[in-house]
Amino acid sequence: MTRQTLIAFMLVALLPSGATAQVTFERLLNADEEPENWLTYSGSYSSHRHTKLDQITPDNVEDLELSWVFQAGSLEAFQATPLVVDGIMYLTEPVNNVVALDAKRGSVFWKFEYTPSSDSRPCCGAVNRGLAILDDTLFLATLDGNLIALDAVAGKPLWQTTVADPTEGYALTLAPLVIKDKVMVGVAGGEYGIRGYIDAYDAKTGELAWRFHTIPGPGEPGHETWENDAWKTGGASAWLTGSYDPDLDLTYWGIGNPGPDLNPAQRPGDNLYSDSVVALDPDTGELEWYFQFTPNDPYDYDSVQIPVLIDFPDGNGNTQKLMLWGNRNGFFYVLDRESGQFLSGTSFVPVNWASGLDDFGRPVQTPQPPGATTFPGIQGGTNWYSPSYSPETGLFYVSAWEAYGSNFEPQEQTHVPGRVFLGGRPANPFGAGANVPGLRRGHINTWTDAAGGGAVIAIDPRTGQQRWRVPMTDVTSSGILTSASNLLFTGNREGHFHVMHAETGELLLRKTLGGMIANGPMSYMVDGKQYVALAAGHSMFVYSLRD
Amino acid sequence: MRTFTTRIPVWLTALGGVSVALLLVTTVVPEAAAQNHVGQYEQADIEFGVRLYSANCLRCHGDNGDEVAGVDLRGGTYARAESDFELMRLISSGIQGTAMPPNDFSGTELTGLVSYLRTMRDFDMSAVTLGDEARGRGLFAGKGACDSCHRVRGEGPRTAPDLTDIGAVRTAANLQASLLDPTASMLPVNRPVRAVMADGTVLNGRRLNEDTYTIQLIDENERLRSLDKADLRELAAGTTSPMPPATDVLDEQEVADVLTYLLSLKGLD
Repeated sequence: MTRQTLIAFMLVALLPSGATAQVTFERLLNADEEPENWLTYSGSYSSHRHTKLDQITPDNVEDLELSWVFQAGSLEAFQATPLVVDGIMYLTEPVNNVVALDAKRGSVFWKFEYTPSSDSRPCCGAVNRGLAILDDTLFLATLDGNLIALDAVAGKPLWQTTVADPTEGYALTLAPLVIKDKVMVGVAGGEYGIRGYIDAYDAKTGELAWRFHTIPGPGEPGHETWENDAWKTGGASAWLTGSYDPDLDLTYWGIGNPGPDLNPAQRPGDNLYSDSVVALDPDTGELEWYFQFTPNDPYDYDSVQIPVLIDFPDGNGNTQKLMLWGNRNGFFYVLDRESGQFLSGTSFVPVNWASGLDDFGRPVQTPQPPGATTFPGIQGGTNWYSPSYSPETGLFYVSAWEAYGSNFEPQEQTHVPGRVFLGGRPANPFGAGANVPGLRRGHINTWTDAAGGGAVIAIDPRTGQQRWRVPMTDVTSSGILTSASNLLFTGNREGHFHVMHAETGELLLRKTLGGMIANGPMSYMVDGKQYVALAAGHSMFVYSLRD
Repeated sequence: MRTFTTRIPVWLTALGGVSVALLLVTTVVPEAAAQNHVGQYEQADIEFGVRLYSANCLRCHGDNGDEVAGVDLRGGTYARAESDFELMRLISSGIQGTAMPPNDFSGTELTGLVSYLRTMRDFDMSAVTLGDEARGRGLFAGKGACDSCHRVRGEGPRTAPDLTDIGAVRTAANLQASLLDPTASMLPVNRPVRAVMADGTVLNGRRLNEDTYTIQLIDENERLRSLDKADLRELAAGTTSPMPPATDVLDEQEVADVLTYLLSLKGLD
C-alpha cells in the first residue's frame, strides 16, 4: 500500500462500525487510494478492475475460504458488481431490487424492492449490472427505463425520473456513472430499432442536464453517414458504464450496434456513432472526439466494452494517455484518449470478417460469402464482461471466445416500434439439424468443441501480442479482477471460480460454485480482512483468507 | 407407409426444433393426452409463424428451441398455458419478472406463432418416412438389435443413450438422420471417450459431461465416472459413433418402422 492509501485506510477505520460516510466526488476521483472500498462499477474512473489490496497472495491463496453467500430471490442472470462503502455492500438483486448488506457477514440492513413494468422488453435478458453512489445517494437504472435515487441509509427513494420508453424497446441495464454533480446513463435496445442516447441528470433533483444522441440528427456532423430515415431506427445503444479522465475532463462511452443488426443494406453508410467510442464533455455532453471500430456493422459487434484508461511512459520522459479496448469484433485496440487517434490494433481471436486494420484503424472488411462462417460469431470475440488492467504486470486481460463463428443471413425487415428489428438471423455454422449445441448452457455442457471455446488472454498493450492464454472447454462470460499481489480472479460458464497468477496464467486455485459466473469479480476490505466477491448462478459468493 | 413432404424451404427446416419462450416450460404429457399436431394447423400459418419466430424469438430461444435453461418448447405443451388462447395471451403479455417481454402481435401473427409452436417438434418432417410402430418395436428388440446397447423404460443396457423419452425430445428428422448416419448426428456430448489413467489403466466410455478441469462418463461397466483431467495421461473423445447405420441391417421399410416406434417413446406410459 502507498502512504496515501494507508492514511485513507486509517481514516476509514476510525469511523464507527456501520456508519455511512459521504462518498464525495473527491472520493470517487481518488477511489484507487481507498482500496478497502469499491466505489464505482469498475472500481475506479480509469476502469482497471484492479485492487491495490494485497493481503491475498499467490502464496496464501490456497487458504481462501467462503465467508458468506447472498442468495437472490430471482432466477434471472446475476450480472451485477456490488459497491462497498465503509463496510456496507450495496447490491442489485436481479432484476431491480437493491440490498444493503453487512459486507463482513452478509446480513441485510434493508432491501428496496422494485418490479419493472410489464412493458419492459429486454432483448437479451432481464439483467442489471449495478449501482452508482454520490454522497449518501445510490442510483439505480431500471429495466423499464427509470432512473431512481435511493437514500443509502434508509433504502427509500429520493426521486425517480423517466429516461426512456420501454414500449419502444428501450431498457436500462447498466450501472450508472457519477461525475461531479451529475449521474449518467445510456440506453439499451439496439435490437428494437431505437435511436440511442446517453443522458446526464442532476444528482440532487433528477432533472435532465443534457442528452447526447448516439446517432446524429439532421444538420449534425455524422448524420451524412446514414441514408434516408435509417438514422431514426439505427440503434446505437449504450448499455455499459463509461470511464472518466478527470485531467482531460472527458468521459468515454462505448456505443452499440446499428440496427437492423444484420442487414447493413437497409442502412448504407458508416452509421456513426454505432460501434464507436465517444469522448464527451461531462458538463455539457458535447462530443470531443469519436473513433469507430466497425463501420456499417453487419455482425452485431456492439462496441460497448469497458474503456480501460492507462498512462504509459513514452520513453521520452512524457506520459502517453492511452485507452485500451478489447472489442467484440475480435481486435484489441490502443487509442490516444486525448485525441482519439488510433495507435495500434491486433486481433486476439481468429478473425475473418476483416483482413486487418489500416493506418487509421479502419477495418479492411472481408465479408464471407453466403453460407460461409464468419469469425467471431454474433456474440463476438468478447462481449460485455469486464476486462482488467494490472499496473504491476502492465498487461491487459480479457475473457475471450475463440474459434467461435456464425453464419449471417440478412433479410429485409420493416421496423415496427417495440418489435425486435434484427434484419436477419445468425444461422448455425455447423449445418441444419445437426444437433449443434446451443449457446446457453445448463449443468450439462452441450457446447464443447463444436463451437469454439473460452479463454483468459493476457495482452501486452505495448505490442498487442498475447503474453499468455488459459483455454477453457466452454466459453466464458465472466469479468476479470486483478490485484496488486499479482493475482487474477475470474470465473466461467462451467461454474468454476478460478484464481491465476497474473504474470503467467498459472492456475493457483479452483473452486466449483455450480452456476454460471457472469459478473465481474471485485474486492474490498473490512476490519483488516480482504474479501473477494463474485456471483455464480443466482447467488453471490464472498471469500476471504481462513483465520 | 406415410411420407410427409412439405413446401417448407430448406433454410426453414433448419429451425425445426426452435423453441419459443423462456416461459413456456415443457412438461411430460401422458401419451393419451398428447396431440398429433401435424395437420391440425394450417401449413401457411406454420410457415408464417416460423418467420415471426425467427425475427422475434430466436435470439433468446435459439435454433434448437432449448437455449433458455429449463425450457424446451418442442414438446408443444407448456406449464403456463394450456389452450392456444392462453398461449397467445402469454406471448402478448410476456411474463413479468422474467426476460420474456410483452409483444404487440396482431391476431394473425399470434395464430402463426402458436401454429408453429404447437408443431415445432414435427416441423422438419419433410422427407421423413414413417411406418408401423408395432413392427418397429419388434425390430428394435429383434433384427435391429437396438436393445443390445439402448435402454427403454428400465429395460436394456446403458451403454448407449437411454431412449425412454427420445420421441419427446428429438424431432422426427433428427431421429431419422441418427438412424441413417449415426456419426454425423451424434451429439458432441455423447462422444465415445478413451482415458488413460496415470497408472496406465485404460477407461472407455460414453461422455456425459465435460468442463475445463473434469470429464464425466459412463464406463463399459455402466458405472458413472468423474475424472480429473490433470490426473490423466491421455484423453480422447472420438467423433465416430459406435452405432452402425441402421441400413446395415434393416431395409427402408424397416427403418421407417423403427423410426415410428422411436417417435412413440415419450416417457413413461
